[in-house]
Amino acid sequence: MEKAIEITGLVTHYGEIEILKNISFSISRGMTTVILGGSGCGKSTLLKHLIGLLKPTVGSIRINGQDITAMKEGELDEVRKRMGVLFQGSALLNSMTLADNVALPMREHTKLEESTMQIMVRMKLELVGLSGFEDYYPSQLSGGMKKRAGIARAMALDPEFLFFDEPSAGLDPVTAAGIDELILKLKKAFKMTFVVVTHELPSIFTIADYVVMLDFGEIIFSGTLDELRASDNHRVRMFLERKPEKEVYSPEDYFRIIAGD
Amino acid sequence: MPSIAENFFGFIGRKTLLLLKDLNYASILINDTFYWAFISPFKGKAIRVRVTISEIVKVGYNSVPIVAVIALFIGIILALQAAYQLKKVGALIYVADLVGVSLTRELAPILTAIIVAGRSGSAFAAEIGSMKAAEEIDALVTMGINPVRFLVVPKLLALLIMLPALTVLADFIGILGGFLLAITELEIHPYNYFQQTLNALVMNDIVTGLIKAMAFSVIITIVGAYHGFRVEGGAVEVGRHTTASVVTSIFLVIVFDLFFTTMFYFFT
Repeated sequence: MEKAIEITGLVTHYGEIEILKNISFSISRGMTTVILGGSGCGKSTLLKHLIGLLKPTVGSIRINGQDITAMKEGELDEVRKRMGVLFQGSALLNSMTLADNVALPMREHTKLEESTMQIMVRMKLELVGLSGFEDYYPSQLSGGMKKRAGIARAMALDPEFLFFDEPSAGLDPVTAAGIDELILKLKKAFKMTFVVVTHELPSIFTIADYVVMLDFGEIIFSGTLDELRASDNHRVRMFLERKPEKEVYSPEDYFRIIAGD
Repeated sequence: MPSIAENFFGFIGRKTLLLLKDLNYASILINDTFYWAFISPFKGKAIRVRVTISEIVKVGYNSVPIVAVIALFIGIILALQAAYQLKKVGALIYVADLVGVSLTRELAPILTAIIVAGRSGSAFAAEIGSMKAAEEIDALVTMGINPVRFLVVPKLLALLIMLPALTVLADFIGILGGFLLAITELEIHPYNYFQQTLNALVMNDIVTGLIKAMAFSVIITIVGAYHGFRVEGGAVEVGRHTTASVVTSIFLVIVFDLFFTTMFYFFT
């Protein structure tokens, strides 16, 4: 499999605390890679590094062979045009209608005619099952619809990479399953590379081709779904079998754990 | 155990580092704002004209009633206070000079700036802050859209146009307030008052007021945006930064007013 994204030796800190500890893995082109882990394991931080929002202390992230950690903002913007990101809370601009939200990347980065853009917006919204909602504002929509609109916006420029930060967070199981189905549909229809950060077990088994599991800033597992099911790593088993942690943390313990002492 | 001296110097050091970090952040913001407002348009990155116009309506047009009412009252108050002193020496006609000059040089720009800082500066901080809290700023960045160009530049341009305009409005309405009081209570002949005002005012008075207004518009925009971008987390932070933005911008407006007034005193 061709490598689309290669992460090597990634280390990052929040202040003095080490959040990610020497992470290396790669993401294959055209596959869905799920980054998995409990709350506070650093998976959202890792995602923010992949989309260039945070810079690591050391390490490199190569997207199509280019190291994005060494890029200036201007160059990074060129890479970002080939990425779509769905944020946890959808992050649609509340002051704009859905149509304007989806059209925004096109307006900023292309010289398309307004009428062409309208057609493309309608196509993107139809793709995610929101046709007819062009003139609605994000505040008028339900959580699941906002996520769908967020996906439509992420797809506006037909990106190579689509990143999802907790796509099913805050949704009921039925709506969450709908989002999973949408991801599968997009995967079938477009040759895109998907990176999904989540902790929802059902959605992992529905959408993932490849799984990377983080625990306290380290990779404890990477492999296919079958390998995940067969893993005998204690932490992986606890996660899969939904076993609670034994002790309750005190704040000192919590910091010690994320600091890795 | 660190000694008292170590604690003391540590405290000063930490505060200084924090202050330097804030200053660094603010100067990056100022630099970016001016770059995206005045340099990048010549490199083909257009300004968002429609948004700028809607900001002009929000910060300028919608402030007209409150600015007008306050300017009118301040004009009347100034005339009353001046008359209280001047009638002792029988020089009531100089009320016109006092009202005209103090309004155009000083009170109209600073009052307008304080009203706009309270109305729009806080709105800038709240808008950008809640966008930051809802990851909307991150979303803009990942779409390859610079948040300063997208959000701050239209606000800066709107204020650069509208704050001087509101100041001129406050000049006129304030002078009208003084005029109304003078021709009724003080029984000065309208024509005399009018002539006296015209003689008292020189172009410089109005121009210095407008220069101040331009500087204040930069202060209000930058402070509002700065506090908006500094929001980390939820609604409580948005509220805290909104309040801080108003306090800081009013403080800085007065500091810079002192600076400009000193400059104009010595160099005009």
